Amino acid sequence: MKTATLSAEAPPATAAAPETLKPAASKAADGVWAMVGRANLRPVLVGFVSIALFVLVWRFLTVNRIDLYVRFMNVPSPDDVLESAKTALSSAQFADHVLMSCRRILYGFTLAAVVAVPLGLLMGRFKLLSEIVFPVAEVMRPIPAIAWVPMSIMLWPTNEQSIVFITFLGSFFPILLNTLHGMANVDPVLVRAARCLGASEAATFREVYLPATLPQIFTGLTVGMGVAWVSLIAAEMISGQFGIGYFTWEAYSLVQYPDIALGMITIGVLGLASSWAIRLIGRLAMPWSAK
Amino acid sequence: MTAVSPLPADVPAASPYADRPKGRIEITDFSLRYDGANGPMDAVSDVSLTVEPGEFVSIIGPSGCGKSTLLNALAGFLKPTSGVVRVDGKPIEGPSADRGMIFQQYSLFPWKTVRQNVEFGLKMKGMEASERKRAARTLLGLAGLLPFENHYPDKLSGGMKQRVGIVRALATGPRILLLDEPFGALDAQTRLIMQQILTNMWQRLKISVLFVTHDIDEAIFLSDRIYVMTARPGTIKAEIAVPLPRPRQPAVIMSSEFLALRRGLMSLIREESLKAMGGEINADALLGLGANFDGHDLSRAL
Ligand SMILES: Nc1ncnc2c1ncn2[C@@H]1O[C@H](COP(=O)(O)OP(=O)(O)OP(=O)(O)O)[C@@H](O)[C@H]1O
Ligand SMILES: [Mg+2]
Repeated sequence: MKTATLSAEAPPATAAAPETLKPAASKAADGVWAMVGRANLRPVLVGFVSIALFVLVWRFLTVNRIDLYVRFMNVPSPDDVLESAKTALSSAQFADHVLMSCRRILYGFTLAAVVAVPLGLLMGRFKLLSEIVFPVAEVMRPIPAIAWVPMSIMLWPTNEQSIVFITFLGSFFPILLNTLHGMANVDPVLVRAARCLGASEAATFREVYLPATLPQIFTGLTVGMGVAWVSLIAAEMISGQFGIGYFTWEAYSLVQYPDIALGMITIGVLGLASSWAIRLIGRLAMPWSAK
Repeated sequence: MTAVSPLPADVPAASPYADRPKGRIEITDFSLRYDGANGPMDAVSDVSLTVEPGEFVSIIGPSGCGKSTLLNALAGFLKPTSGVVRVDGKPIEGPSADRGMIFQQYSLFPWKTVRQNVEFGLKMKGMEASERKRAARTLLGLAGLLPFENHYPDKLSGGMKQRVGIVRALATGPRILLLDEPFGALDAQTRLIMQQILTNMWQRLKISVLFVTHDIDEAIFLSDRIYVMTARPGTIKAEIAVPLPRPRQPAVIMSSEFLALRRGLMSLIREESLKAMGGEINADALLGLGANFDGHDLSRAL
């Protein structure tokens, strides 16, 4: 009985055999096409068509100077924007603006993540800390980052620091709240299982609470990154001397309308790229949730 | 029930376990009261039970009678409102790897592979990575799980998850294994196989097992003794010895001894289940079912 019981658990795979007797080659080929056709190629194609349509409509509206209550007379056409993009991309100044904005995002966002994630984890673990921090956070949270601009300029010695601070504030609360939410939803059975296996308080924190909260942390980081860009652009438009937000606002002041669209598109692309990067890091950090 | 005295002199010097704790569970006058939303509520009251070293004991009782509560107190997660829970003579102070536990819900860490799950307890003991990998692989091999060592739990079937859970709990070499309806969510066939695996491991490792279940057949098939609990607040209604010889083959469930035990337990439990359902079924309806059997006499009769 002893040997029989241990080998009995793996049921023989013969039961499935009759169904797999179809010509294997055609099935494999079907599979490949199905994968390329449905999973990969189609959304990409549709995506291209959709963007092309958008540009076409934009072009139609602007080239024909349509005036349907919403006025497209002064709106630059895609051709104008392409032209100004060519000049901008060859100038070092534009690259400086972009780099400046990216650096501010990197500092502000990283700082927010480094403070908000551990704070959220600790608040989730220790009731008292949560009771102390939560009321303040609740009052501060609804204040949009733009409203912080005057205060921030007073607080910080340099303009640069105040812009980074505003970016930090923008991403701080989404990250904190999502981390807290994740901590509140950690399965207590997993915590008990760890304790039963001899895990200390610190080990439970590291081996259970942290990985269990990681999906929510990454949700917070993704949202936080979006808000970081919103806050940064607002701050740059109001108080900056560099940065892509400043570039966009300055284009308006200097009546260089194609540059407005160029600035907007650049912001969109940067925002997209940064949230994509976070998702990539998330997938690397959480291999178990890979589909 | 056999009377047990602390017997240090009787332990043979050559035994490899001579210096190790034996895994004797002793619960005395245990009561536990929850402070729920509608005021305090007695979940368990005045339970006394023992599990001798190496014994397989089951607890059976209606839903909500406090079985999980009792097990959680043994694991060290709950403090009794009154009474004492002792293991090898020492009151329990908190959770420890000496008492492995398998939970009613699946409790594998989803972010760890099967092998990392099994390694967890060893890691907590401070065992070096390569050494614990080897240990985990050996254990997984014994349980027929080696092909799945790098799978994440969400890719496994329910039976496999519980099997990994058992291997994980045994990896640290506990003297006591606590199981809370571990096979409740499995189909009948898988359940039978899991029961055999568990019996097999228990016999090889000579650990004490306290097993909670709803299933009468399961309790009889696995146990040396069975405690029957009453509806809430849970108390011990009867204690029944299962004198079936071991090793037990699945065919044992057709034997007349088995069926007699089953019949006795059935009537004991039906009474309590009806009670647990409260006013839904009245006493007259109960009479119609012909279930008036006195539990204490039954245990004596056996
Ligand atoms: N944390 C808690 N707070 C308040 N009441 C609780 C708590 N946990 C359990 N209870 C109540 O205590 C009683 C016993 O619960 P327990 O989970 O121990 O029962 P059980 O015998 O394991 O039931 P089941 O067979 O359904 O698993 C139940 O009525 C339950 O509602
Ligand atoms: Mg239970």
